[in-house]
Amino acid sequence: MVFNAHDILMGLGGGMLIGCGAALFLLFAGRIAGISGIASAVARIEPGTHYKGSVLFLLGLIVAPQIYGLFHPMPDIGVTHSVVLLSAGGLLVGFGSRTGGGCTSGHGVCGLSRFSPRSIAATLVFMSIAMAVAVFVRPMIYG
Amino acid sequence: MNLLVSLFSGVLFGLGLVVSDMIDPARVIAFLDVASGAWDPTLGFVMAGAVLPMIIAWRIAAKRVKPVCGDKFPGPASGSINRKLILGAATFGAGWGLVGICPGPAITALSIGGLPVLLFVACMFAGFFVASLTARWL
Repeated sequence: MVFNAHDILMGLGGGMLIGCGAALFLLFAGRIAGISGIASAVARIEPGTHYKGSVLFLLGLIVAPQIYGLFHPMPDIGVTHSVVLLSAGGLLVGFGSRTGGGCTSGHGVCGLSRFSPRSIAATLVFMSIAMAVAVFVRPMIYG
Repeated sequence: MNLLVSLFSGVLFGLGLVVSDMIDPARVIAFLDVASGAWDPTLGFVMAGAVLPMIIAWRIAAKRVKPVCGDKFPGPASGSINRKLILGAATFGAGWGLVGICPGPAITALSIGGLPVLLFVACMFAGFFVASLTARWL
């Protein structure tokens, strides 16, 4: 296990920023910060859902790394997956989050915190499947 | 005002994903791969840190009639724990476990992740669209 104080503090602090963003969105705009739902609203896949607010929320997400980059070295992310894997992953994540009515943010952050039975069930299912895939399926693909 | 709040909420949310390093798929996989021997618990702390302010926010919302600049608060979570919820969550989990990317980090990483992230996001939107077509049969 890799336990280091810096990562834990950054994790807790970053998590609180996420939670504060979601809390602000709820208390001021009256909306749930579920990214799959907001992104679907932006794509106008589901009609009649807060279009402008959703566009601005997504815009906020997109500019965030640039704002961070003004004060710190730009975060370095290594997305080294193959085209096939990225496409399959994207399709599964998109289809699954819409069909299940939420992802890590909608069910995980916003649903768990209101103790919604649906969100608790969804989070338990996607967490355990994701762990099973990461442990058993990824080694088969990556060798 | 509503729109300004939406933008600011998105910025805070995105900064949180950057600060916690959850926009790096390798960090997410290091949490999900519980059997690697080098398990990285960071994602658990991120979830805990994010849920805490939201528990307080739901408490505040319960005491107020309406949001500061909106019409109404979201109603109680609708529907039961049904086949669609479980099927969707399982499919989402499979994709997430495969690549370590979920919708929030994917969109946040758009400006720094280059073509791979763009491809993922395009396919994710295709997935949203397919789900909207199949929803009535599930």
